[in-house]
Amino acid sequence: MPKRTDIDTILLIGSGPIIIGQACEFDYSGTQACRALREEGYRVVLVNSNPATIMTDPMTADKVYLKDLTPASIKEIVEKERPDAVLPTMGGQTALNLADELQQENYWTEQDIEVIGVDIDAIRITEDRQRFRDLMEDIGVDQGRSRVAKSLLEAKEITQELGGLPVVIRPSFTLGGAGGGIVWNADEFDAKVTRGLELSPVHQVLIEECLFGWKEFELELLRDKNDNVIIICAIENVDPMGVHTGDSLTVAPSQTLTDKQYQHMRDQAIKMMRSIGTFAGGCNVQFGVDPATGRMVAIEINPRVSRSSALASKATGYPIAKVASRLAVGYTLDELPNEVTGTTSACFEPAIDYVVTKIPRFNFEKFEGVDENLSTQMKAVGEVMSIGRTFPESLQKAWQSLELGYAGLGADRPVEDRATVRERLQQPRWDRTLHIRQAFIHGASVDEVYDITKIDPWFLHQIQDLVRVEEAIAELHLADLSEALLHEIKRFGFSDQQIAHLLAEDAVTEEDVRAHRKALDVKPSFQVVDTCAGEFPAETPFFYSTYETAMESPVTDREKVIVLGSGPNRIGQGVEFDYCCVHAVQAAREQGYEAIMINCNPETVSTDADMADKLYFEPLFWERVQDIIDHENDGRDLVKGVIVQMGGQTALKLAPGLTTSDVSILGTPTEMMDLAEDRGKFSRLLKQLEIPFAPYGLARTAGEAVEVAEGIGYPILIRPSYVLGGQGMRIAINKEEVHRYVSNILALLPGNEILLDRFIDGGTEVDVDAISDGDEVWIAGVMQHIEPAGVHSGDSTAVLPPYSLSDEVIATMCSYARSIAEHMQIRGLLNVQFVVKDEVVYVIEANPRASRTVPFVAKAKDISVAGIAAHTMLGGTLAAFREQGALESSLTGYAIKEPVFSWDKFPEVPKELGPEMKSTGEAIAFVDTLTDKHFERPYEMRNLYLSK
Amino acid sequence: MSFLFSDAPPCTLALSDGTVVTGTAIGHQGETGGELCFNTSMTGYQEIMTDPSYYGQLMMMTYPHIGNYGAMDIDMEADRPMIAGLVVRSFTHRYSNRMADESLQSFMERHELVGISGVDTRRLVRHIRSEGVMNAIISSVEQDPDVLVEKARAWPSMEGLELASRVGTNEAYDANVQEGGPRIAVFDFGVKHNILRSFADRGCSVRVYPGSTPLAEVLAWDPDGLFFSNGPGDPRAMPDAIGRVADAIATGRPIFGICLGHQLMALAEGLDVYKMRVGHRGANHPVQDLRSGTVEVTTQNHGFAVAGASLDPDVATLSHQNLNDDSVEGLRFTRFPGMSQQYHPEASPGPHDSRYLFDEFLEMIYQHRAIDAPISATSS
Repeated sequence: MPKRTDIDTILLIGSGPIIIGQACEFDYSGTQACRALREEGYRVVLVNSNPATIMTDPMTADKVYLKDLTPASIKEIVEKERPDAVLPTMGGQTALNLADELQQENYWTEQDIEVIGVDIDAIRITEDRQRFRDLMEDIGVDQGRSRVAKSLLEAKEITQELGGLPVVIRPSFTLGGAGGGIVWNADEFDAKVTRGLELSPVHQVLIEECLFGWKEFELELLRDKNDNVIIICAIENVDPMGVHTGDSLTVAPSQTLTDKQYQHMRDQAIKMMRSIGTFAGGCNVQFGVDPATGRMVAIEINPRVSRSSALASKATGYPIAKVASRLAVGYTLDELPNEVTGTTSACFEPAIDYVVTKIPRFNFEKFEGVDENLSTQMKAVGEVMSIGRTFPESLQKAWQSLELGYAGLGADRPVEDRATVRERLQQPRWDRTLHIRQAFIHGASVDEVYDITKIDPWFLHQIQDLVRVEEAIAELHLADLSEALLHEIKRFGFSDQQIAHLLAEDAVTEEDVRAHRKALDVKPSFQVVDTCAGEFPAETPFFYSTYETAMESPVTDREKVIVLGSGPNRIGQGVEFDYCCVHAVQAAREQGYEAIMINCNPETVSTDADMADKLYFEPLFWERVQDIIDHENDGRDLVKGVIVQMGGQTALKLAPGLTTSDVSILGTPTEMMDLAEDRGKFSRLLKQLEIPFAPYGLARTAGEAVEVAEGIGYPILIRPSYVLGGQGMRIAINKEEVHRYVSNILALLPGNEILLDRFIDGGTEVDVDAISDGDEVWIAGVMQHIEPAGVHSGDSTAVLPPYSLSDEVIATMCSYARSIAEHMQIRGLLNVQFVVKDEVVYVIEANPRASRTVPFVAKAKDISVAGIAAHTMLGGTLAAFREQGALESSLTGYAIKEPVFSWDKFPEVPKELGPEMKSTGEAIAFVDTLTDKHFERPYEMRNLYLSK
Repeated sequence: MSFLFSDAPPCTLALSDGTVVTGTAIGHQGETGGELCFNTSMTGYQEIMTDPSYYGQLMMMTYPHIGNYGAMDIDMEADRPMIAGLVVRSFTHRYSNRMADESLQSFMERHELVGISGVDTRRLVRHIRSEGVMNAIISSVEQDPDVLVEKARAWPSMEGLELASRVGTNEAYDANVQEGGPRIAVFDFGVKHNILRSFADRGCSVRVYPGSTPLAEVLAWDPDGLFFSNGPGDPRAMPDAIGRVADAIATGRPIFGICLGHQLMALAEGLDVYKMRVGHRGANHPVQDLRSGTVEVTTQNHGFAVAGASLDPDVATLSHQNLNDDSVEGLRFTRFPGMSQQYHPEASPGPHDSRYLFDEFLEMIYQHRAIDAPISATSS
């Protein structure tokens, strides 16, 4: 049956602000859903409060509501738009919960609105532990076993039945699960059970089989209304059970399951999906597998698209959200084509001939006193995905993608001592694979490492193989590297930097290895992500690099623009930058260039295969970027230039390398970008322009910093250079604090130049975003912060336009911004941060790049700020946009940007705001008057501010 | 060959069109040849290696890591490997699976199976995709590329080759005895163990006969259903077998054919069979049951196919069709109770979506019995 014609308008619910556990993967899925539904001719009405998303762009939906995700706002929208159906599966748990809440009120039925894509009544089963257990039992799906004990004796019997210790005990009806946990040995068993029985008001404890250390898998499924079900991808968690899948290093496809095990898992998953009601859409199922016996138990099922389905889409090339949306409006799988091959059916299970690795990215350094051990509560703020032909290559590329300074699995780093390595392996941590490598260097056996980590030996063997290759390289000199030998080394994913470090002679640099490699013509081959392991020709220009023998990415004769993405999400650099990158790609396409995107974040819209003309799913790692540029230049200077302004610090950090290569950077000249980061030069510019700034100094050691601070006076603002989101930024009030803070920064960022500014206490902070085309400067937005200066701008509530500043002050700021833009030869975006005190305007910093507030200004005023900026980088003029009326604001009243935090994930961390950014997301609100409740909120949060 | 690890013995793969690649030897050291084909399954390498339909072929796995979970008895689809050689990108010597009996290396050595690892399999797959399947030689004893290419050229073509007699049983045997259960007589052209298990699991008595057994001998057992198995080679080169199918059809008893058996049934009914350019080999092919509209994800392994254009409703109707290329995947015969599938409902490896076809055949048997003879009469 083709698509339904009885529905016309569909309401799509977004996922709201980004929090840990619910990130920009829902911008990706929501955007795909909107596009797919509109292509089918439906009118799409979208609601989402997150302005930093592509999905809330006017081009994505027919009608966008930037509103709170509450029953009240949904009702208001329904009143106006009269949708025929609501699709709640693209906006994470937020959207699903909201739809469920309204379902419980019987709202959808009353309004004659059909809930599509999920069986709304059945989702409660998946949320309710007991009902889920009962359902699984009914359909014959194995689960972790458990029984209730009423006495210590009974508890012992049950434990024996379950196969002995360890077990999990859960006292019944205790608050917050008090008294529960894993019991590892007989010594603690009696005490814990007795205590559990005492704590339980009904004198009962649940004794549960402990799945800790079991292998963990996830399957991504799609189902149509004819009950056809296909599996898009099987993901294996390298970190065993006990670590949240969002925090685990995962690979696709599964590596260690036999076909019989895998097919059994597939059968169970299909059975589970069919058991949770009648619906057409996507779902995710998780399993645990006992490595000793192969026994398989179901863990959970999520009837919606998810972080994992975004990963599975990018890993296989199969657009899950797009297809799920089409299934929700009545198509069946056999009616849809596989858009990647163009010739085969979408009703199939992708076969891949490479290995995908995902590594989560954490931000522990931002939270003092945080528990860094990974557990069942997710803590990661983002992730990277890499594609390689083999697991070793893929793993090394993933570490290159993380932007933590690793050129691979650590072969270019010193080895820690044995005791430290052993200690670090005891608990699951973010850097466990690095320490596994080090354990092998120290001579540990696979069995020993397995005993500690419970990571499947197959992965451990592969890492041990990498160590063997390292040892072999260490015996060689650069001149020994023949074409064949170098090719073999590169196939293991080693970067030039790692090879340079490993080679026997000391003086070899990365550049030497690269030059040698290029002389031998050892280059990566770019291969297509084709969903079918090469069985059919593919039409989608989605590539990854590896070292094979055939090139699958033909260079066209067209002039090209390369956009560097923003890599993994992290606090301070989130979806806002992906938003800007997508606009840069679109602007380049509009101007007739071949737009090429490079990024490694699977959660994003920018890595959707049909956003750019070509997508390279690659680390934003210098060697990889340079190889792509070389390939696309084709010795014919085909690359017009590279856009680095949109991808945050990730892209900006690659600029110095680009200036030494023969490709140009589009927009503001590099030396001017550098000037903004160089405090000395920048201050000289301000002085020359007669713009006030706070007294400042520079230091490279803690001692130096104290000396500088004593000269400037307190309170003093301390920050490292070349970071985003105020990483390491602190306000110190005495020299002891200065010494401590600076030492901390230098431990994390060795060799960094520390900036010390006199902190202007009691001032008001203001953000200005501007665009210059070289001829004129246009002020896109002036945002006043409600919180006093000292709270990081990303954590501040920003109001557009300013609500309590005098016209003179605003005019002064605009004029300063203009004059800075002119003198810095800005072409594209400029963000200037000011602090105003006693009617004096001081400049804090200027950033010649996309800022976090660009999408907020764009949504508030309904002006395509990022797109216009990208056009000016490519030669477009502001005058032309003004003529089209594209610079006219639609804003009446005020737009407020409200930060959103994920404090609940770090209960041990004090909820304190300061100059280091801690929020993970933001929401937009439109208000008419200063008495609105949105103005009150920051004052309610007063106790979060830094207290001096 | 490996330049990093001198202990890895070098090995060469030479194709008949002159393409030569080098890698390292895996399994038994020696030389082997056959038609180079590929399989896109990401699991189930041992089932594939022991599938008799692959007899005489060089199997190239598109998934790069092969050998990850070792080898074990329960994954055997025949009593020995059937492929002529194995081609992989990255062979796993150190497997991880506590339930495995041995490593794939030891399995291959034990069965003297030659293989090569470290080659760019993707390039070769794309090469075959555009040039069509061709013969090749794997050798760790001869390294001269010209000699090996010559050998590949001289290797006999699969087209026109009868191979089934080399892999089927030589003597009839009972695969399963079930008192009172329907009797299935299997004509063995290289039957996969899981087909026999699939009948056994459904309570059937299963007797396996050599493919060349005279029909009268089989009928003497008085089977309720006749089954023509999968197997290797060109069905058009099997006139005896086609004749036997024709005779079986004349008995009016329910007949089921899988893969080669399906092709033999089609040929016996006058339909055409052709050699495909590349063939279907994988575990992810979508097949639609045209009767219900539902789609099953199937295991496929065939280089020949029934020509859709030759279908005649007086002879057979198309029951199943491949969604990727519309090729013939299943037939229901008009002039006798019979069904046939081009793909593998027994899976192993692959998805279990199509197991219902065994039930469908049993249903056909029960219906036939109801008309013809009560079960007690046939089994007494």
